[in-house]
Order: sequence, then structure tokens, then C-alpha cells
Amino acid sequence: MNLSLSPADLAFVDQVRQFLADKLPAEIRQRVANRDESQLKHDIVAWQKILHQQGWGAPAWPVEFGGTGWSKVQQYLFETECALADAPLQLAFGLKMVAPVIMRFGSPAQQQYFLPRILAAEDWWCQGYSEPGSGSDLASLKTQAVRDGDEYVVTGQKVWNTLGQHADWIFCLVRTDNSGKPQRGISFLLIDMHSPGITVRPTRLLDGGHEVNEVWFDQVRVPVSNRVGEENHGWTYAKFLLGHERTNIAGIGANKRELNRLKSIARACRQNDHRLIDDPVFASKIAQVEIELMALEITNLRVIEADERKQAPGPEASILKIKGTEIMQRLSELQVEALGPAALLSNGESRIAGLQPVSDELAANATDFYLNQRKVSIYGGSNEIQRNIIAQMILQV
Amino acid sequence: MNFDFSDEQQMLQESTRRVLAAAGDFEQRNAQRDHALGYSTQLWRELADLGLLALNIPEADGGIGAGAVDNMLVCEAMGEGLVLEPFHASAVEATSLLARLADEQQRQRWLPALASGELIAVLAHAESSNGGALEPTQTRARPSADGWQLDGHKSMIYHAPSAALLLVSAQIEGAPGLALFAVPADAAGLSLTPVATLDAQRAADVVLRGVQVGADARIGSEISKALSEVLDFSLAALCADAFGAIQSALNATIEYSRERKQFGQPIGRFQALQHRMADMLIHAEQARSMCYLAASHGDDPDPAQRRRILSAAKALIGQAARKVGQEAVQLHGGMGMTDELKVSHYFRRLTAFELRGGSTASHLQRLATDISNDRS
Repeated sequence: MNLSLSPADLAFVDQVRQFLADKLPAEIRQRVANRDESQLKHDIVAWQKILHQQGWGAPAWPVEFGGTGWSKVQQYLFETECALADAPLQLAFGLKMVAPVIMRFGSPAQQQYFLPRILAAEDWWCQGYSEPGSGSDLASLKTQAVRDGDEYVVTGQKVWNTLGQHADWIFCLVRTDNSGKPQRGISFLLIDMHSPGITVRPTRLLDGGHEVNEVWFDQVRVPVSNRVGEENHGWTYAKFLLGHERTNIAGIGANKRELNRLKSIARACRQNDHRLIDDPVFASKIAQVEIELMALEITNLRVIEADERKQAPGPEASILKIKGTEIMQRLSELQVEALGPAALLSNGESRIAGLQPVSDELAANATDFYLNQRKVSIYGGSNEIQRNIIAQMILQV
Repeated sequence: MNFDFSDEQQMLQESTRRVLAAAGDFEQRNAQRDHALGYSTQLWRELADLGLLALNIPEADGGIGAGAVDNMLVCEAMGEGLVLEPFHASAVEATSLLARLADEQQRQRWLPALASGELIAVLAHAESSNGGALEPTQTRARPSADGWQLDGHKSMIYHAPSAALLLVSAQIEGAPGLALFAVPADAAGLSLTPVATLDAQRAADVVLRGVQVGADARIGSEISKALSEVLDFSLAALCADAFGAIQSALNATIEYSRERKQFGQPIGRFQALQHRMADMLIHAEQARSMCYLAASHGDDPDPAQRRRILSAAKALIGQAARKVGQEAVQLHGGMGMTDELKVSHYFRRLTAFELRGGSTASHLQRLATDISNDRS
């Protein structure tokens, strides 16, 4: 056992840091640091193009499809360094979700058309999974795809569609057979978001943001050639997708960044006549979350190392998801707690001078961030579903 | 980076598990616990035969010269096996300290006897005032005609009742720093009050009143650095013992939830219990990670870094110990309350772990102070 990074991995980290220092545009870095999402699409696309130019557009893809060929440890290091440098997140829907499915189950034509466009950020992808009556019980989904010649006619409603307002394409689970078990009649379709019959309606969230949508399909015609794999086998591909790409599920880099921010806030805020960070009770709260993150980083590396050897990631990913999101929620909660009354400002309000000696970059939308981060224990398989997975697959009770 | 153990390390852990399993069943272990000595001399000899008592004796002295990771693997097995023998106190802590500090004559006198199991030695450092931490002791050493005179009061010294040799830390009167003295258990003026501990070990309060030892009883000179290293090394091993008990308590709970039936089905089918076991598992996996991190820094020469990691490990594993221990009892229902099942013994061992080597709160407080003082 050796928990130190190899010299090659240390050199890799240096290379990534140098690249970030040279190539991450200052204004994008600033917006990410300020949690300013006013130009989110521009920032994500611009950053993806810069990464693509470097040959780093798809860290996890195989080299044959334009990936980097990096080890999983290197992918993890890359994502951690990017988060610490306030780089935009790479959009997962194309790169990490639909692309692996297309590589594994898609036709050569689908691979040749879609994959290079994902890599170069020419298409913005979104996901059509959840429906009003189908959340954790996803297999009960009802959106219908009826075969008509060499087209499907799709009718139904998807919800919790993230950033679909920018999207060119959506990958969708649709029902193509109602006769058997719910899982058996699902197909996996790639649908052009510019097709007639698609309506995108924003769902306003508790933090005031426009992050998710309802997507309505009214007799949308989709070529059969846009189906991935076989008809009625979509559930298999969906499970493959859900089990894929777990190197960053714990969000170690983002958690470290928020821990640093929390410490900076606690240094800047004053309580009575001393810095908040000098308050032993508050410093202990920071210490508690720091040791949990320290442990999670090792747990994450253990899972990555195990993944490196066996192809399919194991249910250990559920541990990373639960703990990583709990830590993130705790950090966002403590930031608000540290800011105190200054965190009462409703979003959009300009700050009141003198209320809190914390810079805009530090305090940046801390309250909205706290509100928004309640999502992380709900999405991607709620933490309760993750506990079911642990119980069923690890405990085998 | 890798999380693999070498073939030798895996064999070390497996052979430790084998010898513990072969030593007898749980009832026999409990019978030893209730005897005057409190452990099995036969198992102690077998640990010696396996070479485990020479684990922390350097190769140059005829030992194995093991590192913190080897100790982790052995101590994990000791925790799983609810070991009563003074392995941690003598073969890890006292032996490591002697290996670092003893001169040639002292090594020849003690190390072979420690390796063979004939000699049991313990470190007598903890006092009620310092909680076992590296703080100045109240125990005083004064130069006397033939050597030194020692006066002081050491508290809760694990396995002191069976030790023939006590390594007593003391401050030399009028001089800064710490010194270490070898004191035979039968020295005049040394009195021992044995107690049975929560985790079924034996310990003692040790009072020294005008104890006279020769000039050759002093071990090393200024020992603060070596003592701090050994306390951390030993704490990493204790963390591994606790992790072994945590994993065992979890495994016992999973097993029980599969077998115990109520309302016509195994209780493990109930989601309310499944989620609690899932949380226990997360605690156990996080504890395992900290156990690995502690071992990989158990012999780190950088004292600040080592202390930080060890404090983090002790706090986090202590919390996992409490949570998993309590939940294991709860999920066993009434049976968890009985002496008959191993789970209650794991619970006691885990509760004791949190009380030893500095409390969870004190380690968190140390980390909190670092956070406050960090000017970055």
C-alpha cells in the first residue's frame, strides 16, 4: 500500500495546473468563482472548445474516439484540479452520459456523427428520463413512441430536464411496449430538440434559478435510425449509463473548493470581537467536515483503483454519492451559518454596504447556493435509493 | 498510488487470523478473560512462535523490523479476534520505544526476551493530568547515589499487571524535557492497583514512591521526539484494532439480519433496518480509509503532518466506533444486550477505543486550533 501519488501522476498534476493557469480565461474563472451563471452556456462551450483544442475534451473516452487515454486516477486528478481552479464543469449529458452508451451500443453511423460533435461542443445535450409519475421508479415511465414506418411518433412529458433550454439534442427513455414487465418495453432514443412538436417550459426552482425544465413531446417524429441499440432494450442501456463514469461522483474537487471558501469566509467574518474562525465551536464544525472529506478522498481513490481493474464500477459508488453530497450540503450550510444576517439577502438584491466584510467572490450567492445544493441528495438516484442499492448489493440482505 | 498489500503482508494478516481462530472458541476466550491473568499464556507463546512479538524489533536486532502498515494488518486481526493478550501494549508500543531508544546493552538484555514472549514490557506514560497525550508529566526523577529516584503516579496503564518491566516517563528535576526509566515491576516503592477495563483487558494504576533504579536504568536521553513518534505509531495500530472491531460488528449485524425472522421474514428485508446498515457500512468504509491513511503516516517523520493525520483518524474512527457499535447492538435487539453474543464485546471494545489515546473531542479540538491558526 502506498498512498502517495507516483512521480508520473505528480508531473501530470503540474501539467494540468500549468494548463489551467495558461488557458482558463480570467473572466470565466471569475464568473465560476462568483457562482455567476449569467453566461453559463457560453462559458461551458468556450471551455469545452479550449479543452478539445488541447486534446483533453473527453478525459474518460477511449483514445479511438478522441479521448485522452488517461488512467482513472489521472481523470480524477484532472477533475479535481479543474474544480480547484474554478473552471466550469464539463457538461456531463453528452460527454459522460450519452457518449458511453453510443460507444457501446450505438451504430457506426451514430458514433461517427454524434461523438465528434460532443467532443467539439457543437451539440448541447440534455437528458429525458424522469416524468411526473416516474422519479425513483423510473421504469414506470409513460412517454409513448409509436412506430410509423421508419419513424417513431413520440408523445409525452419529461421533467427535471437540466439545462434543456440550451439543448440541441435530448436522449430519452420512451415506452415502445406496454405488454410485459415495465423494464422490458423501454427504448433509448436520440431526439433533435429542434423537431416540431417539442415544447420546453422552465421550472422555477426554490433558489429562483432556471436550471430545469419540463419538456413536452406532441407527436414528435423521430427517425428509427436515432434509436440506440435494440427496441425494448433501453433499460439495459439506461442502467449501463447510470453505472458509468463514477470517477467524480464524490465531487472531491468541488468539496475542497467549498471547504476553502468556508474557511475564507470564517476568516473574514467577525463574531463579537474576534474572527469567526477563532471561535472554537465554529472551528470544530469545520474540522468535522474536513476529516470526513479527508476520509472520502481516500475512499474515492480506493474505488477508482478497484474500478481500474474490473470494468464495471461496483455499488461502492453509492457510498461516494451519499457521503460526497452530505459533505457538500454541510459545507453550503456552514457558509450560510458563517455569514449570518448577511445571508438573509434575497437573490438579486444588491449587498448592503458594511453588513458583512466579505468580498463578493467569497460570499457569492451563498444563500442561493445553499438552497440549490439541496438537490444533490435528490438527483442522480436519491440518497435513499443509494442506500437501497448498498443494502441490496453490498449487504445482500 | 496503490492499495495493495504485498504477499508477505497478506500472509502476515492471514496467519495472525489463523492463530487467533485456532486458539479456541469464544467461550474459551471468555474463560481466559475471567482468570486471574486475564489472557491465555498459550496464545501468547503462539504469537511469539509466529514471530509477531518481534514485529517491531529491528532486523539488525534479529527482529522483523515491520512498518506501520504491517502493524495495521496485524492489529486489525487482533480487533476482529477480540484479543485479550498484551500485544498492543508490549509488542507494539513498548517494543517500538525500546527499539528507538535503548543502548546496545539494553537491547541485548530486553529485545530477545520481548521477542520470545518471556518479557512483557509496557509504557507507563499516561497520568490522570495528561490523558495519555504528550504533555509534561508530574512524575519526577532525582539523581541519587547509585542512579535515580522516581516519584509519581501513572494511571490506567494497560497490561501493567502482567508486565515485568515498566518504561516510566518522568521529568528530571530541574531539567527540561522528558526522560525514560526502566523499572522492574517488583521494585521497592512501586505499587500497582490492577483493574479490569471496559474492553476486558487488564490495566493498573501505578504509584512510584521513592523507587530507586540504577544509572543504567535510564533509556535514551531526551525522549520527547521518540515518545511522540511511538505514541502516534501506536495510535495508528490502535485505530486498526478498532477498525477490525467495527467491521466485525457490522458483519455480525448483517449476518444476524439475514437469519433473524420476525413477521415471517428476515428482518434484513425491512428498509428501516437496511438504511441503518447502509449507514453503518459508510462509517466502516470511511473508517477503513482513515485507518489506511493513519498507517501510511504512522512513521511519517514530519511531526506536524503526522499529528494532523493521526488526530483526524482518531476522531473519525472514534465516531464510527461509537455509531457502528451502538447500531450493532440496536439491530441485534435484546440479543445485542447479552454477554453471550460477540456483538456486545465489540461494542465494549469500541467504546473503550473512543476513551483511549485522546478523546474524539480533544482530537477535533486540536484540528480546529490548526484551522484557526492557519494563516494561508
